[in-house]
Parts: sequence; C-alpha cells; structure tokens
Amino acid sequence: MRERAIRDRSDESPHDRSTTDPAGAAHGRADRADRLSALVPRLKRICGGDGVITDASRRRTYESDGLTYHAEVPGVVVLPTTAEQVAEVLGLCAAEGVPFVPRGAGTGLSAGALPRTDGVLVTTSRMRRVIEVDPDNECAVVQPGVANLDITRAAAPYGYYYAPDPSSQQVCSVGGNIAENSGGAHCLKYGFTVNHVLGLQIATPQGGLVRLGGKAPEAPGYDLIGAFIGSEGTLGIATEATVRLVRTPQKVTTLLAAFTGMDAGGEAVSSVVAEGVLPAAVEMMDALSIEAAEAAVACDYPEGAGAVLIVELDGPAADVDADAAMVRRLCERAGAFEIREASGAAERARIWKGRKSAFAAVGRISPAYIVQDGVVPRTALGEVLGDIARLSAESGIRVANVFHAGDGNLHPLVLFDDAEPGAGERAAEVSGAILDLCIRHGGSITGEHGVGVDKACSMPRMFTPQDLETMDLFRRAFDPAGVANPEKLLPTPRLCGEVPGVRKDVHPLVAEGRAEQF
Amino acid sequence: MSGEDQQARVEADGAVGALAASGVPVRPGADRDAVGGVVPRWVAEPADADGCAAVAAAAARDGLALVPRGAGTKIGWGAPLRRCDVVLDVSALNRVDHAAGDLVVEAGAGTPVEDLADVLGASGQRLPVDPVVPGSTVGGVVATGLSGPGRMLYGPVRDLILGMTVVRADGVAASSGGRVVKNVAGYDLGKLHAGALGTLGIITSVTFRLRPVPPAAHTVSARADDPARARELVASVQRSHTAPTAIEVDRPAAGAVTVHVLLEGPKDGIRARADEVSSLLPGSSVSEDLPEGWGELPGGPGDTLLKLTSPPARLPAVLDALAEAAPDAGPLPVRGSAGSGVLFSALPSATDPVNAVRAVASLRARVEEATGGHGSLTVLDAPRPVHDAGLDPWGTVPGLPLMRSIKKNLDPDGVLSPGRFAGGI
Ligand SMILES: Cc1cc2nc3c(=O)[nH]c(=O)nc-3n(C[C@H](O)[C@H](O)[C@H](O)COP(=O)(O)OP(=O)(O)OC[C@H]3O[C@@H](n4cnc5c(N)ncnc54)[C@H](O)[C@@H]3O)c2cc1C
Repeated sequence: MRERAIRDRSDESPHDRSTTDPAGAAHGRADRADRLSALVPRLKRICGGDGVITDASRRRTYESDGLTYHAEVPGVVVLPTTAEQVAEVLGLCAAEGVPFVPRGAGTGLSAGALPRTDGVLVTTSRMRRVIEVDPDNECAVVQPGVANLDITRAAAPYGYYYAPDPSSQQVCSVGGNIAENSGGAHCLKYGFTVNHVLGLQIATPQGGLVRLGGKAPEAPGYDLIGAFIGSEGTLGIATEATVRLVRTPQKVTTLLAAFTGMDAGGEAVSSVVAEGVLPAAVEMMDALSIEAAEAAVACDYPEGAGAVLIVELDGPAADVDADAAMVRRLCERAGAFEIREASGAAERARIWKGRKSAFAAVGRISPAYIVQDGVVPRTALGEVLGDIARLSAESGIRVANVFHAGDGNLHPLVLFDDAEPGAGERAAEVSGAILDLCIRHGGSITGEHGVGVDKACSMPRMFTPQDLETMDLFRRAFDPAGVANPEKLLPTPRLCGEVPGVRKDVHPLVAEGRAEQF
Repeated sequence: MSGEDQQARVEADGAVGALAASGVPVRPGADRDAVGGVVPRWVAEPADADGCAAVAAAAARDGLALVPRGAGTKIGWGAPLRRCDVVLDVSALNRVDHAAGDLVVEAGAGTPVEDLADVLGASGQRLPVDPVVPGSTVGGVVATGLSGPGRMLYGPVRDLILGMTVVRADGVAASSGGRVVKNVAGYDLGKLHAGALGTLGIITSVTFRLRPVPPAAHTVSARADDPARARELVASVQRSHTAPTAIEVDRPAAGAVTVHVLLEGPKDGIRARADEVSSLLPGSSVSEDLPEGWGELPGGPGDTLLKLTSPPARLPAVLDALAEAAPDAGPLPVRGSAGSGVLFSALPSATDPVNAVRAVASLRARVEEATGGHGSLTVLDAPRPVHDAGLDPWGTVPGLPLMRSIKKNLDPDGVLSPGRFAGGI
C-alpha cells in the first residue's frame, strides 16, 4: 500500500508512451494518441465539458490506485454522472477499439484501476447518489460512486446497516467493492460483497445497459450478478446496485485477549471454532504489529503481549452473552493472561483502535513496507506463521503479522528501508515467498485485494492453463474486443512472459525501462 | 420425431465406438433413463472425474448431446431437451473430503446430500442447505440452485460455494475458486454453474463453506387471517432483534396462511428469542421440532411446479394472485421464504394443459405488475403436455444476450443439455 520501492520516472507526455507496445514502435504510439485526441470532442458531448479531463497535470492525479508503485498517466479521464453516459462512453470505446479502465475511489491495492496511456479512465466519482433506502424490503439502491459507509449512514435511521465493511469503507466506492468482491473484518459471519448484492445495472463493454436482478432475489437465468462481482472491471462497469441491508444487531460484545505467544492465540481461535461459536470477527496481531500500534496510537494493549486476539460477537443479547462467556473460557484455557470486554461503543473503539491503525502504524517503525494479502486454511495458520518467522530470520527482513484469524486471511507487512540499496528487492522476495507458502498450503494468492496487475502473473501458480483458458472464454463472452480493463486479472504473455510462471524478481515495468527501482 | 432428433439418432448409432473408446462403461438407455420423456441412446457411468472428461471429449467429437445426471430427482426440470443422446451419470463421484477444522468440505457431484450431512454431522457441522427434494445429490442441488428456508440467513446454495471443478463441453476439466473461505483470485465461475441446469459444464466436484450445527432450534408458528396480515407478522419479526434463520409462509390449496419462524442458536438464549417472536405473533405456538412439510415443495407428482420471486413487502399481492391464478383449480398451494421473497407453488396435474399455459402467463403478468417489474415467475418443472401446449417456462430474462454469449463461448456446439435453459439455451 505504501510501498515506494519502484517509482515511475516518466515525465514525458502520456501520449508518448504506450502500454500495448513495449517495443515502442513510434508510429503505433502516434496512431493511438491521434485516435484518443479524436475521441475527446465526442466524449465531451457525452459527459459535458467539465466531465472530461485532458489537462496533463490533472490526469496525472489519477495515475495509480492504492498500490502506488504501478503508475500510468491515463490518456483521458471521464467523469460521467449517469448510467447512460457510462454506456455511451463504453460504446464509443468499443467502436473505436480504445481500451477503458473503470475507477471508483482508487483505494484498490492490486493496481486494478491502473490507467492506460492509450485509453479512457472512467471514474464514478460524480455518481454518488443513494437513490433509495427501502427498509420494508431491506435493501438500498445506490449509484456506483457512493462510499461504502454512506450506505450504512443512510440506512442507520431505520435500524439497518450495510454489512460488508472493508477498512477503507469511509472512502472506497460500492462499484469498487463490487469489482473486488470486498470483504471486511466482519466477513467471517456476514460474507462478502457478493452475498449482499440483489441487483445490478451494468454498462457492458459493447456499450449496452443491462439490468440484472433487483429488489427480489434469484432472478431467472444464469447468475450474472454472482459472476460479475469480483470481476475487477473486466466485464463492464456497474452503474447502479441494489444492496441488501442487515438489521442492526441488538448487542455487540468485543473481547480482547492477550497471550504471551502466537501459538496460544492460535489455539484459542481453533477451540472457538471447534465449539461451534461463530464470531462476527476474529482478528490477531503479533508482537511487532502491537509494538507499531503502541508507538502510533498508544492503544494501551496489555503489557508483555506476544499476541493479541480480538473477538467480536453480535446478535440477540442472550446469544451474545452466552457466546462471550464461552469465548472467555476458551481464551483462559488457552493461556490468555488478560481479557478485556467491551459492550459500549467507546470501549469497543478503544479495543479496535490498535488493530485499525496497524497498517498505518507500521510507518512508525519502518520507512517502507509491502502489504501482502494471502490466504491459508485456518488450521494451517500456526505452521505458516512459523514459516514466515523463519523466512524473516533468514533474510533479516522484519515481518509484522496482522490478520483475519477466523478465515485464514494473512496480511503480513514486510518492512524495509527504501534508502538501503537492494532492500526493496529483498522485501519483495520475502513477500513473494509468503505467497508461495499460501499456495503450498492450498490457500489463495488473494483474499480481498484482488489480482489486478499486481498478481496477474501469479495466477498460473494457483490455476492450471485450462482453468485460466476457461476464465478467458468467460471474459470474452462479455468483452469480445478485449477493451475492458485489459491486462488485468489474467496473465498475458506481454506482462508475464510466454510461459507465465514464477514471479519475476524484477518488476515488469522495471524490466521494460518504464519505471525504475531506487 | 423431428428431423433434428432423427439426425441425432443416426449420429448416435455410429458413435458407440467413440464413446466406448473413452474407456468408460456405456450401456444403452432404458425407459427409466428418460429425460422429460426422451430416452437417451446411451448412458455412460464413469467412475471418476477423468471418466467424465473422457466421455465428454468423446461425445464432443461426434456432436452428441450430453446430459449430466445425479440421482435423477429433478432431471426433467427446465424446458424439454432438444436432443438427448448420452446421459452422463455422475453417481460414482461421491468422494467427500471434509476439513472440519477449516469448516470446509469438498464433495463429488454424485454425493447424496443426506450422506454428506451424515459425514459433517459427525463433527457437529452441516452444509446449511435444506434437503428440499429428498434423495438429491450435491451436483443436482447446485445445478438447479434449489434452496430452502435457510436461504434467508445462510443465503441460497450458490452463496455457500467456495470452489468448483467442471468438465467443459469439449472434455477439458477446469476449476475456479478454491478451498479456503476467503478468496478473490479469478472469476468465480461456480456462481455461473449454480442454477445453470447443466448447460455450461458437467459439475464434478464442489467445495462448500460449512456452519456448526446450532445447539438449539425452536419454531414459532402462527395463523394469519389473510395475506396482508401474514406480511405484517413477517415484517414485525424482521424488524425485531431475534435474528431468525428462516421466516416461511405456508398455505395449502384450501386453507389459511401460516407463518413459521425458525430460530437457531445457543441453548441459553433460544427460549428468550422464541418468547419474543411469540409475543409478536398473536396466538402462536412454540415447538422444538420443525413443522410438517418444512422446506418441501408444494404439490405432487405431475403438477406444474412454479417458483415466484418478489420483494418481500409485495408478499400479499403474490399470495392473492396465487389464490386467483387458476379458476378451474381453486387457490394454488404455496410455500416459501416470506423473509427473502422466494415462493413455490404448483398447478395441479389435473389442470388442462392449455389452461395451465394460460394460467402461467397471466400469473406471470400479474406478479411482474404487482412487484414493479422486480418479481418473476419461472416454471421449474412441468409435464410434457403442458410444455407441448406452448408453455414459456422462463418469461422475460434480462441479460439473455450475455447468457447466450457465455453459452456460445463455453459450449460452442450446444451439446450440453440443449434447449433446457432460458431462451432455448
Ligand atoms: C487503507 C486501506 C484499507 C483497505 N481495507 C480493505 C479491506 O478491509 N477489505 C478489502 O476487501 N479491501 C480493502 N482495501 C482495498 C480497497 O479499498 C477495496 O478493494 C475497494 O473495494 C476498492 O474500491 P475503490 O472504489 O477504491 O475501487 P478502485 O480502486 O477505484 O478500483 C478497484 C477495481 O474496481 C474496478 N471498478 C471500480 N469501480 C467500478 C465499477 N463501478 N464497475 C466495475 N468496476 C469498477 C476498477 O477498475 C478496479 O479494477 C483497502 C484499501 C486501503 C487503501
């Protein structure tokens, strides 16, 4: 997220650079630049003059998403206000063979919204209306640019909320959530975005507008909603969503248990699962991330804790009380030396403070870091954490562990000093080796941040060529011309080499001389 | 027999050699293998997923239409097949790999759902998919996307799928998703196959997320005088903090509406929750058992089985419409999830086929109108004469061009269960 090891060095006009043509045949580049320039007046007719950005310095503000070391200045940026405008823009792109990239709030962490210098960046930031809150049918209808938390804000007066809660929920857009199938700390119990969308309107890569589902569940035909969610902007643009609202729970109890070591914490989690308790969230932090959080926000976690476990329970009051008593017993049995319990909002916020600040806090103890996102079967957590500790000891690279312990989603923070020559590469190696561990244990290369550009070349480590070919057949059913967010999600020979395989030590952008390491 | 059928038969006659070359046991189709009245030329019974792939590859070479089958409990669902040369029986694919500590199971498509429940139950776990049709296999439940009362809390069956392996029309095996509960790598193609009636691929195994078996369960049941009152009761429970697993309505052909609320959870809390629900439903009774017919489809053999969806608040309009749908049949029986807005109903087998077709069309129009276009009516299963009388099982299906395009890319020759799905897919 804040990795700064690789930086785009290009200052030349974006039209002089090409993404589809690394060899840089000058005349191809000129062609594309011309084509894009010719498009501008037509885009302005669709989105209005203030809905099209051509100015180079303003375009540059869109050059990356949350994964800033991938950067490309978009050829042109459009800011439509209606679904019809989005569809018209895509229709135009299709007709002219110009690629487009959808963008929400730009908080993505896999470079899924990385723009194209030869393409149109379609940003939903002017589509921010909560169209309707319908408590009777327990749903809300929203435009794609609405911030995740704004749905909950709109629903709260009726006693409802929108359950998927990525940590970026103040900013990230519903459209981005749909594209990434985002989850949050509470997905253990409530699931991901895909479990909370009843209807979508999408603009297809061919310029059509299609309504799928609505306020009633299970529309007839193939489940295109389910297949679209998590498609990372490669199947079109979500222009409206009908999302499920969930009744605000009667009671929420949050427990913080401190252990001397990670093993004991892990054992507590296992026994909670074995007893059949389903908490809303189970989060764990190791000594290094606790240290960072203390330094940054003085969260005042129990002194001497080698691991902190946060367990949140919600639901009917009587159930929550019963489950909380059980979790407390299990933590004690696993060796917790201190347990705190919060039922009020303020106390709860105190417990969460350290966890929520953990990523940013790492900045206090390290000049730079890489956030990895991998998944292992929950039962393999202990072993994998041991392996990570070994990797860290062998390489001399510190790794702080903050993770969703309930579902095995790891977010190791690989720390390095970007002023030290070679440190960035070594950190990237450790980060890559952690992904290897996830794959070796039958897990996944991404639990929530998505594939984007960042992990496209890692896909063959998890899927066979036949799996990937099938996914590509599906993709082309929506986007036969290959204009929708090209070179994201699936590996391409250009980005990954003819035999997509092992992650490269050198980043492809670096290899192509379009970015440099420092 | 249509010209197309005849042609298929001729091709099939010459194709036994090709199927035999797959190395999989193949026998001639018998009457008991008939799919919607059509007896397949051959029935292939592979021992494993590789065998499925070999049969599909062999069938593809000769352009034979292939229909996957589990226990066959819902084999006639959808529109009648245009062709049915080979039934691919996946019963032998019944391996269960249960990772109890991870609350995950991978099951072969042919695994009977009841057997799976036994394996999971031994570890105090379950797949929260109601056994709507007894005897179903994992593949059949997923391919029909058939969910019961628990869909309200746990989601429909497709929500519980973590990963899937299918054999494509060309015999290539491909997986998507994974074996961990959280994973966003690649397209989630399992969602697409759920409810696709075997038209996009042959499901060979499915990985599901599981839930612990709740320590206690209570059902609170109450009569409602009319549909409007039933909705009021449902809404009051939804607005409460009792976190029900299911809110069902049940109205037999001749009778009043009953609302059932299922609560599950820790023993310590269940009585208090049941009391609270009970106070919201005047005259209700509380039971530790599930009511009779819980989660079962209404109607009987030979009936025309209907699925209706609506925004939950439009329940009364849909119930009213069902009461008046078929003048010669009287009120239709209805059962389903009032909480999520999915109801099942049935036109009696005695209904004249032409009248049945008419009733479906007018009911569909009424449901669409009463739900502001949000609701739908699909016919899950109908006797052949009703189909032949001109039944449209699907109605308008938004997104159909995209669906056709997906079908074309995954099954370019249209050999997987052809004709069964929306728009003739
Ligand atoms: C501090 C921080 C914390 C985070 N925490 C979490 C977390 O807890 N859980 C989690 O899952 N993620 C998390 N993320 C990642 C990120 O916030 C999510 O992936 C989010 O859903 C992205 O939304 P966005 O609007 O910023 O999308 P963008 O970054 O703008 O785009 C993301 C992808 O979506 C596509 N896209 C955007 N809008 C649309 C649309 N309308 N239609 C189709 N495609 C579209 C883009 O092309 C791109 O591929 C975090 C990120 C940050 C920076």
